Formats: sequence, structure tokens, C-alpha cells
Amino acid sequence: MESVIALWNALPLVVQILLKIVVIMLPLMIMVAYYTYAERKVIGHMQVRMGPNRVGFFGFRLLGLGQPIADAVKLMFKEIVIPSGANKLLFLIAPMLSIAPALAAWAVFPFDAELALTHINAGLLYILALTSLGVYGVIIAGWSSNSKYALLGAMRSAAQIVAYEIAMGFALVGVLVAAGSLDLRQIVLAQQGSLLHWFWLPLLPLFVIYFISGVAETNRAPFDVAEGESEIVAGFHVEYSGMTFAVFFLAEYANMILISALSSLMFLGGWLSPFQGTALESWFDWVPGILWLLAKTLVFMFLFLWFRATFPRYRYDQIMRLGWKVFIPITIVWIVVVGLMKVYHTPWWFN
Amino acid sequence: MNKIVSYVRSLFLFELLKGLSLTGRYMFTRPFTLEYPEEKAPVSPRFRGLHALRRYPNGEERCIACKLCEAVCPALAITIEAEPREDGSRRTTRYDIDLFKCIFCGFCEESCPVDSIVETRVYEYHFENRGEQIMTKDKLLAIGDKYEEQLAADRAAQAAVR
Amino acid sequence: MSFEKFLFYLFAALMIGAALMVITRRNPVHSVLFLVLAFFNAAGLWMLAEAEFLAIALVLVYVGAVMVLFLFVVMMLDINLAELRAGFVRNMPVALLVAVVMMVELALVLGPSRFGLDQYAAPAHRPADYSNTTELGLALFTRHLYAFEIAAVILLVGIVAAISLTLRRRPDSKYLDPGRQVTVKARDRLRVVRMQAEERE
Repeated sequence: MESVIALWNALPLVVQILLKIVVIMLPLMIMVAYYTYAERKVIGHMQVRMGPNRVGFFGFRLLGLGQPIADAVKLMFKEIVIPSGANKLLFLIAPMLSIAPALAAWAVFPFDAELALTHINAGLLYILALTSLGVYGVIIAGWSSNSKYALLGAMRSAAQIVAYEIAMGFALVGVLVAAGSLDLRQIVLAQQGSLLHWFWLPLLPLFVIYFISGVAETNRAPFDVAEGESEIVAGFHVEYSGMTFAVFFLAEYANMILISALSSLMFLGGWLSPFQGTALESWFDWVPGILWLLAKTLVFMFLFLWFRATFPRYRYDQIMRLGWKVFIPITIVWIVVVGLMKVYHTPWWFN
Repeated sequence: MNKIVSYVRSLFLFELLKGLSLTGRYMFTRPFTLEYPEEKAPVSPRFRGLHALRRYPNGEERCIACKLCEAVCPALAITIEAEPREDGSRRTTRYDIDLFKCIFCGFCEESCPVDSIVETRVYEYHFENRGEQIMTKDKLLAIGDKYEEQLAADRAAQAAVR
Repeated sequence: MSFEKFLFYLFAALMIGAALMVITRRNPVHSVLFLVLAFFNAAGLWMLAEAEFLAIALVLVYVGAVMVLFLFVVMMLDINLAELRAGFVRNMPVALLVAVVMMVELALVLGPSRFGLDQYAAPAHRPADYSNTTELGLALFTRHLYAFEIAAVILLVGIVAAISLTLRRRPDSKYLDPGRQVTVKARDRLRVVRMQAEERE
């Protein structure tokens, strides 16, 4: 063990950081791959179908667990078609622009009390800034494809993301007022106590709005007007094929996982045990915090799929109405409420 | 009052939760899916699949070249040529069904006075080369010989309503 | 040259290059994208100056929101570049004059006599746990409270003005409101009355 630590310390800083990034990215990418599989399975079962169940390993079907790998291999070997009227450079940069923020946001994400790649005291702001950049990938993809459907998808997505960005930002303002810090670690520590101390209860409207805005921000059903396959074919990524398309796909799912993880961090106490402060606390002491975080994240990830299987797509003007006329007023009102609770030390969250 | 109730219901996402509970319940029902090559759906005795020409039990072909099927075929998929055989009976020299034209309506089967042209329960077949879709007399008779038992049983089961 | 200095010159050079591209590119969408790049480099420079909060806020507000709207508008408009360039040569002298005046003004205000290192000492390096956000908050809500509030009120007036400009009702337009349609109950529309059957004469 000591020699391993010595070896680790002997490595150059750049290599150390790269290794840490790999340790975060690898499980994330596997999660993304199996998230697509889970989506097809869950939605299949909700529609009383089975979902993929053929591709397995070594001749065993194994419930179709080989499907994501087969998909990835297929996409890698497909040709990347670049439309003749497209702006080549922007066309190829767009998928990278959409996945980079989704991955970079994990840099400040605390997986446990002491477990994070970096620790900056404006972590929440950093994540908010990065998630707001994801829209560029969509807009540039739509514009550079030189296709009317792609452009329409980009337009819709831009308008939608700007609208929900604000509601999302306000919801997070509520969180940082309640926690008194922009530091993600401090935000979780401020929720310490018990299940009832977590922010989901005092910030319930903000919690709901944050998650719904997150669904809108990731262009998922029922807010998937940017893709709208029944109206504008596939929206901004109509012209993409092969690996360029796969990167958009990865970015979408990585973003969904990010939103889920952030929701559990900011409203469900992150890595804190749900049995804290109850008689069962000592029984579950052995569970590492990261597993609680994972469990909470999986709940939200399931909600994304559940929503997609349940709700029909919103009409464009309804999306705008919901974002500007419903969510933003509610968040503003609730920020005032949170401020008052904070000022008057409402037991038992803010004393 | 009505307005307030509906406002509160929409604020608490009542309808949405109802929808979610529905899909949530369906998630745990058994899928309707038939896993096709291993499991197959039951086939009716009236199923209209691949065609066949039948024979009498003594081995004589049933078809008497009346050309009723050719006349009734709405897709013009059947082509028949006929001339007297050595023993003087009227027989077909050519009996082709173009399966690309055929719409599997079953009129040929219904029009046939001697139950010669029939449609079997076979629905799994394919062609690899152009030209193979023309079912010639030989092929049709071979199919008829192969499934005669099933065909006879299906005709018997349907005798009361035919 | 230290790494920090190298980064400074890198960001600065990229920023100036991007800014030049903004005004020379013929395609307005390219201009906007280069402006985004310039903002990013500005954020990098601020980060070097240990103003993390401002750097992130720049990315969040300008890149994440304002430039998206710009891009949105630029893509939607069909900008005719020939028309825009029509009076270029004729207006050139005036533009040059204005540019020179602005340069002189900038030089007077930001010249070495007023803005050198001896006037504004380089900020001291802070320890890693120094919170930029807290300091900024304290400064804004104590010393600069009035200025802050006045700016907020001006912005609010701007928002109200912008919304009231776009708000127009057309009384002659007829439309359906599905939200109200679904709330209609039978008894709102239909009244069942019990009445005496009429006698046949």
C-alpha cells in the first residue's frame, strides 16, 4: 500500500490529474451507455413491450445487456456524412461543444465529503455557467448543417433553454440562500441532520421547478421540441450520422445524469445517509456516502425515463408560457419565502 | 370556485401525477410481446398464406383448368394455360402465381369448384433471386403434397361454414 | 517567462484576434461566435487576476444567455451585407474622426499617468480559501448599496418597458384556449329544467 502511495506521489501532477479524470469519466461513460439501454427497457415495459433482449455476450442473451456495446460499435463504423452546403469546421465542432460542458461540470462535483476532483468555492456558479454553454452545441449544429429542419430545431432549443435557464438559476439562488454558500460541499453539509433537514422540504417548489427545468434544459420529453421527430424530423441533429451523432447522444445522456446528480446533491442531501438522525443510523454506517449519492441519482434518472414514457410533447407556446409565466414568478416568490425563513431562523432548517 | 379548484389541481400537477401512476402501473404488467422465432402466434384454419395445389387421395391433381381463379383474381396474379391430356381430360399445362402481384385475398380459393387451389398456413418464406416469386405448377403441387394433411384437416374444420 | 505570464499573453492575443475577427468577418454568425471566443478569453484573463466570481459570471451571463439571444436574432434575420456596406466609403472620414477622438480619450483616461502600476498596485495574492464571492457581496451590499439598487431599478424599468412594447392585444383575433376548454363542465353550458308537460288539445 505504501509503495502504491509513493508511486502515486512520484507521478507528475498532470498525469495524476489525468488519472483522476479517467476514474470519473470511465464509470460515467459506462453509466451513459447503460442509461440508453435502461431507457429502452423501462419505456418498453411501460408500453407493455420488452425492449432490447437479444444482444448478449458469448452466445448468452443476458436480457440484451450487450445492446449498448453493439450500438456503439455500429455507430463507430458508420460513415460521417457532411452535407455539401454545411460549414465543415462548425459542423464538426458542434458535437464536441455539446459534450464538453456535460463532462467538464463533473470537475467540481463532490462525490463524498472529501472526494472531488477539485474544490472551488464557487462550484455552483461554475456548474451553472457550464450547463448554460451546452446550448451552443445545439445552436451551432443547427446552423452549420445548412438544413431548414436543423435550423428550426436550433431556434426552438435556443429559446427554450434561455427561458428555462432563468427558472433554473432562480431555483439555485434559493438553494444558495438556504445553504449560505456557493460551495457544493457546503451545500450538502448544510442539509445535515435527517431526511427532513434536506432541502427538498423547505425548498419544495424550487426542487420541483429545478428538476422540470432540468428536463427542459436537456431537451428531453416532454420538452423535446428541439428534436420533435414528428414535426421537424430530428431537429438539430438531422444531418449528423455515425460518431458525430453518437457524441450528441452521449452529451444528452451525460447531461441527464448531471442534472440528476445535481438535484440529489442540492435537494436530497447528496452523499448523506437517509437514516441520519434515526435509530437506524448506526446500522447503515458501513454504506459509503457515494452509494447513497448514486442511489438518489438513479431515482432522478428513472424519473427522466418515466416522464418520457408518460407525457406528450408540449406545444412551443405552452413551453414558453410555463417557463416565463409560471416557473419564474413561483421561484421569485419562493426565494423571498426562503429569505424570510432564513432571517427568522425558522426551526428546524435554519436555526 | 370551479376555477380555483382547477388552478390548484394544475399547480400541484395533479393530472401529471395521475398519468405517471398509470404508466408506473403498466410497467409491472406482463409484456404482450411474442418472442418470434421461439414463440409464434396461433394461426387460424382460415389463414391465407402461401398457395398450394391439392391432389385427390388417389394422386390425381384436382385442378380441371376451369380458369375461374384466373378470372376472379383481382391482382391478375394467376396465369393458366390448358390443353387436353393424353387420356382426354382437361388439365393445365401451366399454372403460375406471381407472389409479388398476389394480395392474398383468397378469392381463388373460394372460386375453386374442386378445392384445388388453396392457401396454406405457411407465412415464412423468402426469395433470393428475381423470378423465384413465380410459383409454378410443380412448386404449387409440391407444397400441396407437403401440407396435404394440414390442408385437409383445415378444410374439414371449416366445412360447416364454407 | 513564467507560466502565468504565458497564459496572460495567450489569452490576450487570442482575445484581440477574436475581437478583430468580430468586426472583419462578413458572416454575422461568425462574428457572434468570435465574440463568444473573446468573452471566454476575457474570462480567462479575469481568472488570472483572481476574480473567479466575475470570470464565471461573465461566462454565465454573457456567453450563456446574452450571446445566445444574439445568435438567435442574427440567425433569424436575413441580413443584407451589400446594403450595410453601401455608405462605407462615403462615411469613412466621419468614422475615422470618431475613432481617433475615442482613441485619444482612451489614452487620456487609461494612459500610464493615470492607470499605471504605481497608481494601482497589483492586487496581493490571496490564499486559496479566500472567497471572492463574499468580498464582492459585502462590497455591493454595504459601500455600493445605493448604486446597486439604482442599477437594479433601472434594469427593472427596462424590463417593464420591453415587455410593454411587445404586449399588444388584438381584440379582433379569435382563438381557442384549450386550457379553458378542458375545464368546462356540462352544467356550465346546459341547464336541465323540469316543466309541466303540455296538454294536447
